[in-house]
Order: sequence, then structure tokens, then C-alpha cells
Amino acid sequence: MAELCAVIGVGQTKHAAIRGDVSIPGLLREAAFRALEDAGITFADIDAVILGTAPDQFEGIMMPELFLADALGAVGKPILRVHTAGSVGGSTANVAASYIESGLYDRVLTLAFEKQSESNAMWALSPKYPFQPPITSGAGGYFAPLIRAYMRASGAPDHIGCKVAYKDRVHALKNPYAHLHIEDISIEKVKASPMLWEPVRYLESCPSSDGCAALVLAREEVADRHSGPKAWVWATEMRSEPMQFAGRNQVLPQAGSDCAKSLYKKAGITNPQAEIDVAEIYVPFSWFEPMWLENLHLCEPGEGWKLTDNDETTFGGRLPVNPSGGVLSTNPIGASGMIRYAEGALQVRGMAGDRQVDGAKVALGHAYGGGSQFFSMWIVGSDKPS
Amino acid sequence: MSEDAQGPITMIRTPVDLEYNISAGPDLTLFLRGLKEEKKLYGRRSPNGDVYIPPRGACPVTGQPMLEEVEVSDHGTVTTFCLINIPIEGQELKPPYVFAAIILDGASLPLFHMIAGIAADEARMGMRVKANWKPDDELVLSLESINYFEPSGEPDADYDSYKEHL
Repeated sequence: MAELCAVIGVGQTKHAAIRGDVSIPGLLREAAFRALEDAGITFADIDAVILGTAPDQFEGIMMPELFLADALGAVGKPILRVHTAGSVGGSTANVAASYIESGLYDRVLTLAFEKQSESNAMWALSPKYPFQPPITSGAGGYFAPLIRAYMRASGAPDHIGCKVAYKDRVHALKNPYAHLHIEDISIEKVKASPMLWEPVRYLESCPSSDGCAALVLAREEVADRHSGPKAWVWATEMRSEPMQFAGRNQVLPQAGSDCAKSLYKKAGITNPQAEIDVAEIYVPFSWFEPMWLENLHLCEPGEGWKLTDNDETTFGGRLPVNPSGGVLSTNPIGASGMIRYAEGALQVRGMAGDRQVDGAKVALGHAYGGGSQFFSMWIVGSDKPS
Repeated sequence: MSEDAQGPITMIRTPVDLEYNISAGPDLTLFLRGLKEEKKLYGRRSPNGDVYIPPRGACPVTGQPMLEEVEVSDHGTVTTFCLINIPIEGQELKPPYVFAAIILDGASLPLFHMIAGIAADEARMGMRVKANWKPDDELVLSLESINYFEPSGEPDADYDSYKEHL
């Protein structure tokens, strides 16, 4: 890589079910200004804007990037949209980082957003597909059978999903930007919530949110002149695979496993279980925490649920997972991947406030999309990669 | 301006419709005609021996053109499933219903359909099921020619027989 890339600014909106006080451009500007302020720069210092959002029907607005150039100070500059379904927040940051690493730009503003209150994502994910029976019912309907398959294959006890749901909502209480702040959350409350897509309960599912995340990325020489703490990008990686093929492991997809292995190799990480201090991973339904821990090689095969069960994935555990409260507490779909990346960057910059993991020096950001078929990941560190 | 106008307009509903015209091509034509004209399920064999249903022109694993057509059974095994309880805008089926991945005998990957003819809480992985077809004069160019899958009465399949298809 010709250039090192660093995160010098992080911003996000207050996420909520309906941000009726702002338009889509207003939502993006809220996150953008916070990232620029964090970096101590203005739109004038930005060379290019790279943004991502999920499929257009999630907002009911075709190609929103077409009217965002002026709101984001990008008139006369390149503006580019990245599109990889639910993983888009991650892949957008990866694309932005590659523009820095290539040496083409000094500073890039990258954003990912979703204003789900403008449309109905559950409806958008449940179309009547041609020549198929009308049986789809949102993302939960697709992923719940995979969760059942994981439960059967791993032999994990039934309470694991409720435990993840509880843990991430407790984490969210430490995060002022999180959409859900359920003060009286308890495992009993999760267990008592209705089965939406049995075996997935209401409180084991992500909310539908309006929100945006923004990052300012800079190349090494520029970042070195910057006074604030930096998150150095040690490696980025992406992989994809077809949604259906014979013998496909949809629970623990090959693309996710390959992506993680390649990411660690690029980052110089030989023992991810020991070397990663905190992970922000894309968990829209509670059981995906143990599933992705296994797919990401952050535990031994078949043992993801044991980390969860032994409180290893919360503060004080071996690997705190989603100290921000995760996707289970905030899900503006297109933004969710970049929020993972942003939260990881905040951790290694020591700027995560009440949700800071003590001594976090190396963080993993992870996103997935489609039918568990697109994967985007990065590793950021407090120090430059060795 | 009318006298009862108060404050800014916050929402205007502007529905958009999409209508698809599908050119089925040779593989999908084979599949859809089988459903409508013969009450049969046709797939195609890939060069590495896997049988894909619905059939497609190229194998997603090898990238090679597919080989001969293969009729697969309308009996199969439920590999996994969920019970859908949530009502969604525009949903045609009234919850609860069982959404299942079913690997038909002779196929190499599951297709998705619903299970009926049992109490919802009796659905299970490994359950053997068979297609419940629409009457001949109601058959269509769609998997909707099958109303649903229902228990075939055979004993449950061993987990090992379908665990590679989850």
C-alpha cells in the first residue's frame, strides 16, 4: 500500500425511530459536521465525498446521492455512492480508505445513512417475487431459519439469544447516540416478548432507525500533522458469494470466513482471539453474535455461544462485543456497518465515553449484507501498523 | 389558502407501483411449464453433479453451462424453518404460517415454501413432506401451483442426511 490511512474524525447522529426534525440532507449534515469538528477541519479541506446507503426502496427515494452534493460541500468535487446492501456502511468506508491508500486524495469524508422512517423496510424486504409463493416476511423471516440451524448444529442452550439481546441493550444505556434506551431491560423481559419469527423474539431483533455515521479519513502525512488521537487503518477486506449454491453453508458462510482470514493476514494479526481488544460486529438478530464470533475465528468452532454465556463479550470479558449497544440497539440499515467501524475507531482513539473498553488498542469493525453474502471488515489500531 | 391550514405539511403519500414482465428463457421455461402443464418439478444437473432447482443456465460454483434436465421428486425434507407470526404491510398470507427450506429428493439445494396440514408448533427439522398441488384447472406458471407442503407420513430424516444443506 502506497499510503497509510487514519481516521481523524468521527461523527454520528442521535439515532431514533423517526428523525422528523431533519430531512435526509439534514441528517447527513448532523453527522458530517460532528466528524469535521472532531477532525478540526471544514468541508473546504475535503477532497472527495464517498457515501453509502442501502437499497432505495428502504427510503422510497431513488438515488438520494443525486441531491446530496451541495448539502455535503461536494459541489465541484467527486461524490461517489457505494452499494452492497446491509454491508454498505462497511464497504463504503473500505472504498474511502482505498482512495486515501492509493495516494489519490489527502482527506476524504465518508458517510453512510438510512432514514427508514421515509419508507417501510419490512415491506421493502417482503415483495411478492415473480413465480414464487408469497411467503417472505422481512429480514427476520429469512434469517430465523438460519438461527434455528445454528442452534441445532451447535447444541447451544435456548437462553443464549436472550442473553445477547439483554447485554447489548445494557451496553446501549452507556451510548447517548443509541436509538434504544430500554431502562428496565432484563432477560425476563426479552424472554416474555412476542415471537415474531419463531425462534426470534421481538426484543431479540433490531429496531428500524433513522441515522447517519461519518468519518474523516486522511493519509499519513496529513494525519501526522493532526493534533487529535487517530485510529490507524491496519487493513480492510471484503468478500462476496452467491446467495444460493449447492452445499452453501448459509449459517457460517465461506465468504465471511475467508474475509476474516485475509483481513487478519493483511493486518499482521496471527492470533485474533488474543490480539483484538474490542469488536463491533453486525448483529441484527441476537443469535448472530455467537454465529459471527465463529465465522470471524474469534473463538473455536462451535463455541461462540460459550463466550456469550460466560460473559466474555461484555465489559471486563475476554472480548467485549458491541459496547455501543450494536445493531440490536440502533439500525439505520445503510449506516449500521459504518457505525460499527466508527465505534471501533472511537475505542482505539480512547474517545468512546462511558462505553470505552479500558486499554482498547486494536478494534475490529464488521458488516454483512444480502443473504449473508457480502462481508466488509476493517482493523483499526491506536498505533500505526508495525 | 384555506383557513384551517395550520403549520407545515409533514407527509404526502405518493405510492409507486412496479409491474414485472419476465422473459423466462429456456431454463425457467422448463421449470414453469413443468409446474403448470405436468405438475412436475424440473431442475438441471451441473457439471459437478449437483441438481439445481429451479434450473439455471450456468452453475454458480463452476461457472460452466448446465447439463441435462432432471426431474426431482415432489417429496422432500424440511432442512430448517421458522414460524412467522408478524403481520407486515402488503402480506398476502395471514400469520401464523411456517416458512421452510425444503430439499426435494434428488435436488442439491433447498427451495423455500410454506408448510401446512399440521399445527404450527409441530413443524420440525428433518420432517418429511410432500407437495399439495392445486387442482389441474388452477395450475399457473409459478411455484404457487403448489399450495403448500404437508407431512408425507414418512419417518423423519436423519440430521446427518441434510446437515450439509443448511
